[in-house]
Amino acid sequence: MNVHPPAKLPTARTDEPILSVRDLHTEFHTKRGRLIAVDGIEFDLFPGEVLGLVGESGSGKSVTLRSLIRLIQPPGVTRGEVWWQGRDLMVMSADDLREVRGGEISIIFQEPISALNPVLPVGEQIKETLRQHTDLPGRDLDAAAAELLDMVGIPSARARLNDFPHQFSGGMRQRVMIAISLASNPQLLLADEPTTALDVTIQDQILKLILRLKDQLGMSVILVTHDLGVVAQTCDRVAVMYAGRVVEVASVVDLFHRPRHAYTLGLLNSVPTGGGNRNPLLPIPGAPPDLAGLPPGCPFAPRCAYADEKCLAQRPELAPIGQDRLSACIHYDKLEQPRVVIA
Amino acid sequence: MTATAVPATLIRPRTRLRYRPNSTLITGVSLITGLILVAIFAPQIAPYSPTDFDYNAVLHPPSAQHWFGTDNFGRDILSRVIWGARIDLQIALFTTLVPFFAGSIIGAGAGYYGKWLDSLFGLIVNVVVVIPFLVLVIAIVAFLGPGLRNMYIAVSLVGWVSYARLVRGEMLVQKQSDYSLAARGMGYTSARVVGRHLLPNVIAPAIIFWMTDMSLGILLGASLGYLGLGAQPPTPEWGVMVADGKNFMTTAPWISSFPALALAVVGIGFSLIGDGLAELLRPRQ
Repeated sequence: MNVHPPAKLPTARTDEPILSVRDLHTEFHTKRGRLIAVDGIEFDLFPGEVLGLVGESGSGKSVTLRSLIRLIQPPGVTRGEVWWQGRDLMVMSADDLREVRGGEISIIFQEPISALNPVLPVGEQIKETLRQHTDLPGRDLDAAAAELLDMVGIPSARARLNDFPHQFSGGMRQRVMIAISLASNPQLLLADEPTTALDVTIQDQILKLILRLKDQLGMSVILVTHDLGVVAQTCDRVAVMYAGRVVEVASVVDLFHRPRHAYTLGLLNSVPTGGGNRNPLLPIPGAPPDLAGLPPGCPFAPRCAYADEKCLAQRPELAPIGQDRLSACIHYDKLEQPRVVIA
Repeated sequence: MTATAVPATLIRPRTRLRYRPNSTLITGVSLITGLILVAIFAPQIAPYSPTDFDYNAVLHPPSAQHWFGTDNFGRDILSRVIWGARIDLQIALFTTLVPFFAGSIIGAGAGYYGKWLDSLFGLIVNVVVVIPFLVLVIAIVAFLGPGLRNMYIAVSLVGWVSYARLVRGEMLVQKQSDYSLAARGMGYTSARVVGRHLLPNVIAPAIIFWMTDMSLGILLGASLGYLGLGAQPPTPEWGVMVADGKNFMTTAPWISSFPALALAVVGIGFSLIGDGLAELLRPRQ
């Protein structure tokens, strides 16, 4: 067990990361065998940054996010290092971890209706976080809760404190969820597909809200999504995940202009383009691999147009390629340009 | 920070109740409330003593003097049914109170924590359910000695299992829910997640079963009374009264019929409350 945060991964940033994830593994021991959902993830998160975790369903994005604050329940097992402000969350005591959860690091989920307790009024749910993580006296709780609802843009906030989650619309519920998660003034917001369950106009509002609050409160954000449009709109940096591994890390602009992993290229080419040009979609052939029995080489090789024997023989490691970029593709310099640049 | 200048009261009149009682619930509550009032005011309402014999009025059919007739000792059936409400409502409550609370807590704990606690729970439940309920209760009462108090103890020792299984099953589902994950993600202790977030969401089936169980408790009390293990004569307990009247079924059917009717009314009352609550507590999405 290390007692100090690890050295930074190669980057152009000169400041220190607030979150350093090293060699994070999450496995589920099932009847079918060991299912490796997160397989040695490493990344750094810098203050004020929005980091996108992208990948298709089953790539381990959400599990990674939950693993960061040890929210994985048996039969899942998490190990590795998650350095948060000089402390490793993976070895922290349960009491200390509870202070971090919801206090310093908050998490919001995809389906706001199921993530809110159906039998408690929303005001009560906000006040509960306030009681847990702040020293506010009891008489100020109502005002503080109303102020939070107001901050996330819920009209006549005070009057809605006694309403139950089912009395809110989908977008409003996600705003409530955000208000609860921000009640304690966290420094890091983990957002697990916060807009996937919402329609596009509401999605835009919620993303803008998250970005505004990030600046207002000086937070960092890790945003899990499968929607590259959302990434382009919100993120500073992106980590692309495939089969439980990070396969490419780059700034948004670099990633969308010049992907350096065959999987990223495939993702970008499979996005439908809006407007007048009706190009055929280019799907990635095949399906994500079985996490219980990964092939020895690059997990993407069976679906990859660039794959050769070298790809199949040995798993390529995530390695620095040039300025501020990491890729786990040995053919990164042979890749074509994406058809359309979104960002 | 004010989001709107319009007073909130103009937009959303705060007249909605989250729990709007339905007619089923109202009927059930009225029935049971009526019976509770009858039980409380039994001394004022009952026209005769429930226990005094009157050999001048043996086996009288229902009449103006004795609305429900009299039994083979000349006791007024109406008065005995009225006084019996005290005993039987007490039985309904005391045979289910401990099982409800203990069972819910045990079931919630076993369902949430799992592991060895759940294994132990499964073992105990299997031992209890493999023996027929009544046989087990009778065995315990026989061991402790007859009487209402020992009957309550016996039923409590066995009855919690049904509640615990209901709550455990519901807990297994709800603990996987996003709001449970979110609550843990907010840094709440396990006790708080279980007690404040999960329990209110898993308790509804147990509450509904509780209502049904009250009528089952009364029937159980009646069965044990019939066997001489529950309420002791001359206590006016409805089940004992039905049993006492069985020899006169063909000649004086009123002796058994009216207490049986009272049992039916209580049963219907609690069932209506149970159904009404089921409707009321159904989570809304």
